Amino acid sequence: MTHGLRASTGFGRRVLFACAVLAGLLQPAAAAEKTLRAVVHADLKVIDPTWTTIYITNRYGYLVYDTLFAYDSKFQAKPQMVDTWTVSPDNLTYTFTLRPGLVFHDGQKVTSADCVASLKRWMAKVSAGQVLAKFVGSLDIVDKDTFKLVLKEPFALVIDTLGSPLTAFMMPERIASKPVNEQITESVGSGPFRMVKEEWRPGNKVVFARHTGYVPRKEPADYLSGGKIAKLDRVEWLYIPDANTTLSALMAGEIDYFEAPPLDFIRLLKDNPDLTVLNIDNLGVQGLIRPNSLNPPFNNFKARQALFYLIDQPEFMQAVAGDDSLYMQFCGAYFLCHSANETEIGAVRKPDYAKAAAMLKEGGYAGEKLVVLMPTDRPQYAAATTVLIAALRKAGVAVDIQSADWSTISVRRARKDPVDKGGWNLFITTQGGPDTANPITNGWFNSRCEAANNGWACDPELEALVGKWMREADAGKRHTMIDAIQARAYESVPYVPFGQFFQPIAFRKNVTGVLETAVPVYWNIDKK
Amino acid sequence: MAGFLLRRIAMTIPVMLVVAIVVFLLLHLSPGDPAAIIAGDNATTADVEMIRVSLGLDKPLLTQFALWIGALLQGDFGVSVFNKVSVWTLIVQRMEPTLALAGVTMSFAVSIAIPVGVLAAWKAGTWIDHLAMGIAVLAFSAPVFLIGYGLVYEFARVWRLLPVQGYTPFSQDFTGFWQHLVLPAITLGLVFAALLARMTRSTMLDVLNEDYIRTARAKGLAPRAVLIRHALKNAAVPIVTTIGLGVALLIGGVVVTESVFAIPGIGRLTIEAVTQRDYPVIQGVILIASFVYVLINLAIDVAYAFLDPRIRY
Repeated sequence: MTHGLRASTGFGRRVLFACAVLAGLLQPAAAAEKTLRAVVHADLKVIDPTWTTIYITNRYGYLVYDTLFAYDSKFQAKPQMVDTWTVSPDNLTYTFTLRPGLVFHDGQKVTSADCVASLKRWMAKVSAGQVLAKFVGSLDIVDKDTFKLVLKEPFALVIDTLGSPLTAFMMPERIASKPVNEQITESVGSGPFRMVKEEWRPGNKVVFARHTGYVPRKEPADYLSGGKIAKLDRVEWLYIPDANTTLSALMAGEIDYFEAPPLDFIRLLKDNPDLTVLNIDNLGVQGLIRPNSLNPPFNNFKARQALFYLIDQPEFMQAVAGDDSLYMQFCGAYFLCHSANETEIGAVRKPDYAKAAAMLKEGGYAGEKLVVLMPTDRPQYAAATTVLIAALRKAGVAVDIQSADWSTISVRRARKDPVDKGGWNLFITTQGGPDTANPITNGWFNSRCEAANNGWACDPELEALVGKWMREADAGKRHTMIDAIQARAYESVPYVPFGQFFQPIAFRKNVTGVLETAVPVYWNIDKK
Repeated sequence: MAGFLLRRIAMTIPVMLVVAIVVFLLLHLSPGDPAAIIAGDNATTADVEMIRVSLGLDKPLLTQFALWIGALLQGDFGVSVFNKVSVWTLIVQRMEPTLALAGVTMSFAVSIAIPVGVLAAWKAGTWIDHLAMGIAVLAFSAPVFLIGYGLVYEFARVWRLLPVQGYTPFSQDFTGFWQHLVLPAITLGLVFAALLARMTRSTMLDVLNEDYIRTARAKGLAPRAVLIRHALKNAAVPIVTTIGLGVALLIGGVVVTESVFAIPGIGRLTIEAVTQRDYPVIQGVILIASFVYVLINLAIDVAYAFLDPRIRY
């Protein structure tokens, strides 16, 4: 009996095994998991997009979270999580209704309470939200899908601000309502990808998996708006600090996507038949010189104006970008060339060192050493600073170069002290994308004195012009008002733009559907 | 021996305390501010200040030190100021790749260097000796990154035999583990192998000129027995010392090698923490590294007793 059972079981096993093998052979092969291995420009260290202005965290935000509105390729804000919205005749009350089917990664439905809490956090912490907050009287839940924003006075850019890349990312209420000075460490959004936190290796790898519950919009993807269709199963962000290693890995096919190749690699990458090099951001990056408005001589607007006559843009751009296909020969627009707010009013096209010297003298410069900060571990900044120093010397300026690593420089430039007590006069930085193209989100344009970025640009008249601009409902009139704003900026000089350049990305030919957006996004991308 | 071990282990406590104080002071008194880095390039002064307060960096230095030491005594290394992940978790995540790299490198270097050093000493003055020591000088002088990029170009880019970068855990893929470690181990190991080969050669030359070696030869012992049993064993103490010191060299070299080959190890963690001023991570890594150094020195001292019966503790 026992023997018979054993035999029968053995036979049964063999039959079952044979069936399983046969079934395996007959079944179509399960589709291989599609993983995009991307080397990103920085390590993701902070996963709270309201906590930092670091670009990598904003890019993480676009993967994990969804937004109420988003820009299309014409920089028009289009609804994203919002289904419908209405504006009252007095332009003071905005009522938003969420589209159906929105769910967070933890399976909870997105409600208006989540959106209100997220907006409140954003208005308290993020510069674009802080601008909107000044106009907001109340923000209330109407029902589970509807909420209402009531303004104290008309603000023409409510929808634009909600759609700008410095947008509010929608989080669950329990997370968004944490105190604003407490960093969020959970990663629960409703975007097309979710972060696989257990696979996160800070300093090395961040893994995102497709959010299976995500319902994309019906419209085709356009810039940051439209249907966010996640065609990849996984996106792996790798952080490889050595660019040469990344280049070799891309060429060898170990990685698929190189988000920010150094600009001197671009020609090499273009020559490789296995790779595509694509400039996804038509607005590019603006290089800028920041004078310290607290310390002489740049506490005098004449001295700040003199800086314009030191600028030979092609010379700066050669140092920063090298390849002349990667920069504009000249751009005098504060709000970037190719943007809706581009204007040449006031622009100084050619350097004139004698005139710069005379204006500096008029501005109170008396031959003292000016402190220029040079971050040695940021090659583009260091290169541009070298050109600036040479230009200053041509104008007869004595320069005290303070070279240090970025961390040290970032502390030094926050100091308001006089130069002889650890202060500074000039430093170089960059900014880019649609935020720069707008007077209220262009961080370095902010001239609100103590509330301005380091350098503390201070011009109430310029701020008044920007205030009028943001209250103007007519887009055509707003466009003409930009001329007056830029003309004033060329007088008061919050900063000096020294050129506009582009940062292409590179990826292997089997990667398709890369969208041309200022923020690299991973929906719509497919890998064959 | 047991008493010696206990005494040496007890001595690690004051050493660790001194290291903790020095590291804390060095970090906090040097310029740099994690709050400014967290806030980002476009942040206002107020944003940075708010983050500084939330991290407790506005507190007096003594208070910050007391808080850190207090937590440390309870086994809490703190959390990274950036990603809020515990320092211990970060170190554990990064430990395996570094230990694997150091282990494979050390095995590679020792297995090459000692036979070469012995051979060079045995054939002193011949072309074999000149060739071996010439290669050793070259390997010792070449910068680690140059060797690394050269190997990557040849073996990964041109011949496509090995991966360019990354690390695969042993538990995940045995073949991948070895494939990812070959180039980094050669890169890092060449310098150490060169040093060790030269050291072995000179030590062996001294020993081979000793009277007892002449006696052994006169007795008609086979050359292999003379070399291995009589000469190498007596030359072992300085060689083991060099191997021990080499661990320090390896830890230094790991930083560059891990960067070139994108290996997520302790070296890269340290560099990133230093550039970002992630104080708890730097403090944690240096404390652990110091502890490891103390243990290595202890292991070397214990090894002396086994290698040379005259040494007793």
